[in-house]
Amino acid sequence: MKRKAKPAAPAQTLPKTLTGIQGLDEITLGGLPQGRPTLVCGGAGCGKTMLALEFLIRGAMKYGEPGVCMMFEESASELAANVRSLGFDLDKLVAQKKIVLDHVHIERSEFEETGEYNLDGLFIRLGHAIDSIGAKRVVLDTIEALFAGLPNHSILRAELRRLFRWLKDRGVTAVITGERGDSSVTRYGLEEYVADCVIILDHRVEEQISTRLLRVLKYRGTTHGMNEYPFLISAHGISVLPITSLRLDHEAPTQRLSTGVARLDEMLGGKGVFRGSSVLISGTPGTGKSSIAAKFVEAACQRGERALLFAYEESAAQIVRNMRSIGIDLDKHVQRGLLQIHSSRPTLQGLEQHLVMMHDAVCEFRPSVVAVDPISNLSFETNESAVKPTLMRLIDFLKQRQITAFFTSLTTGGGLRSSPEDSQIGVSSLMDVWLLLRNSELNGEHNRTLYVLKARGMSHSNQVREFLLSDAGIDLVDVYVGAAGVLTGSTREMQEAQELAASTLRGQNHERKLRQLAGKRKAIEAQIAMLQAESDAEGAEVNFVIAQERLQEKDALQNSKELAALRSGKGGSRPTRKNS
Amino acid sequence: MKTPATPSKPPVAAFELRLYVAGHTSKSVAALTNLRRICEVHLAGQYRIEVIDLLKTPQLAAGDQILAVPTLVRRLPHPIKKIIGDLSNEESVLVGLDVQPVQP
Repeated sequence: MKRKAKPAAPAQTLPKTLTGIQGLDEITLGGLPQGRPTLVCGGAGCGKTMLALEFLIRGAMKYGEPGVCMMFEESASELAANVRSLGFDLDKLVAQKKIVLDHVHIERSEFEETGEYNLDGLFIRLGHAIDSIGAKRVVLDTIEALFAGLPNHSILRAELRRLFRWLKDRGVTAVITGERGDSSVTRYGLEEYVADCVIILDHRVEEQISTRLLRVLKYRGTTHGMNEYPFLISAHGISVLPITSLRLDHEAPTQRLSTGVARLDEMLGGKGVFRGSSVLISGTPGTGKSSIAAKFVEAACQRGERALLFAYEESAAQIVRNMRSIGIDLDKHVQRGLLQIHSSRPTLQGLEQHLVMMHDAVCEFRPSVVAVDPISNLSFETNESAVKPTLMRLIDFLKQRQITAFFTSLTTGGGLRSSPEDSQIGVSSLMDVWLLLRNSELNGEHNRTLYVLKARGMSHSNQVREFLLSDAGIDLVDVYVGAAGVLTGSTREMQEAQELAASTLRGQNHERKLRQLAGKRKAIEAQIAMLQAESDAEGAEVNFVIAQERLQEKDALQNSKELAALRSGKGGSRPTRKNS
Repeated sequence: MKTPATPSKPPVAAFELRLYVAGHTSKSVAALTNLRRICEVHLAGQYRIEVIDLLKTPQLAAGDQILAVPTLVRRLPHPIKKIIGDLSNEESVLVGLDVQPVQP
């Protein structure tokens, strides 16, 4: 089927023709091969004709390249009606001789085949149309219809081969559409003849969400994005979402924005989030996600900036009423024209249509802040892989416009059992700041806690804060962290009261102990004094005894002397005795 | 553009035939020869043939929705019928023109 590709000279770049289709030129790195046919194939209703026509119309309007469209299925008036919904006035372009439409109608029942023939008639018609306006672009919309009209396929195949050769010789850039086949790229194997560039369109419905996908199957002689890219058909034509080829080159503003909650700003390095960053708030039901989003929006409006709120849960009036209960007056800003609330059910339309709607609304309103509440509703909480490309596209789109985006997301099965961090793995990598709200249940009370899971490029608090919603607004308080764990709500207050009581008690205890000690010390001192006195007394006694004994000794000596004198007869007076 | 009308009954021809060709190829010559022969045999005096060379007048191709050449278009009687090919098979040409063959 595939012919062997000639080794392309790498230095030489293939001349390319810009399609003018948003995103497609990025994927193909400059458009379709110039002067060669490109095959666009896909199933029914996947947008082949739209793509081909937009290629033609953009060429005529933007690049000054007139084009010829040869339709084998739709008439000129039908086609004009179809593209009118995309905002293109085909009739005008035809009148200006920028586009020629030629409807080739073949009715099998009108034909009878006898003998040899060729398709020179088609060549002549096409050639005439090209010459009449000097066309550079040609669209053959579902040339495969010929297979149904002409019974002799061997002639037809030979003629198609000749046709594509002929188109190349004419040097026109052609887009040929083909119906997707079961086993081959196209039902009748057109890829055999168009070997330069093949684009496949697909239309898939997963989980009731439809997604259009585009893939460049081959592009001879040049590199191109290989992946499947979602694309949209909006009021402004086709928009391909080149997710992976998108250059991550948006600017990074250093300006910081307040989230509207002072304590939250404090947790985010004291200044809030960067302008143009994306913020995700995830949490279980009833944790206050919408309230924070509303506060953020209000803060923007109070700064005099425009804000856009996409709500997928509540109507605009309901949001205004409910937010008033926590002191957020959104109605005022709506009146002033600073705030727009777009409410719709996620089931209203597919994911891509939602994206288109957001895209259009953002382009029109030019807000500086966008909040989406919640993004999880868009994916029906089932298929994050589907919502991720859409979201990525949205975030990139917003970043390029330096719009700060605020997304809320409902986590399922949250609570304390499973980790809520796990539930948002898919989208969280796209986010610059991720705030997590949790309900903690303790002692028959549900309390909200908030913490910053990540915040790119800024120092941020690692603390869990208790998140309070009251009619005075939103506030964050420090939670009690102690031996008994993290406590919130009345338990926290109770614990704090207990702490206070216990510390007072301890203080009193200490004083008592000090007093006791002082008393004891006094007693000991008294005892010491007593012992001292006792010892003094004892000392005095000892001295007295000693003195007495000395006296007696002296007396005895005196007596003995007197006795001796008496014995010698020199008697004198009688010895007198001293009394002590 | 040559219009070799047949001699018989020039005012109103029951069968108004138009043969589209592209240049003077063997196929177009063969188609014209075959057509003339068949008409002479089966539609003597009731037909008119107009030959259109698309190389000379390409703008006429769209009008009759011509893709293949040669194509024979039966413009009258209604409805319009088309026969593509070099008209070498007499039987299918007659079927295509909805003409009862004249038994020789």
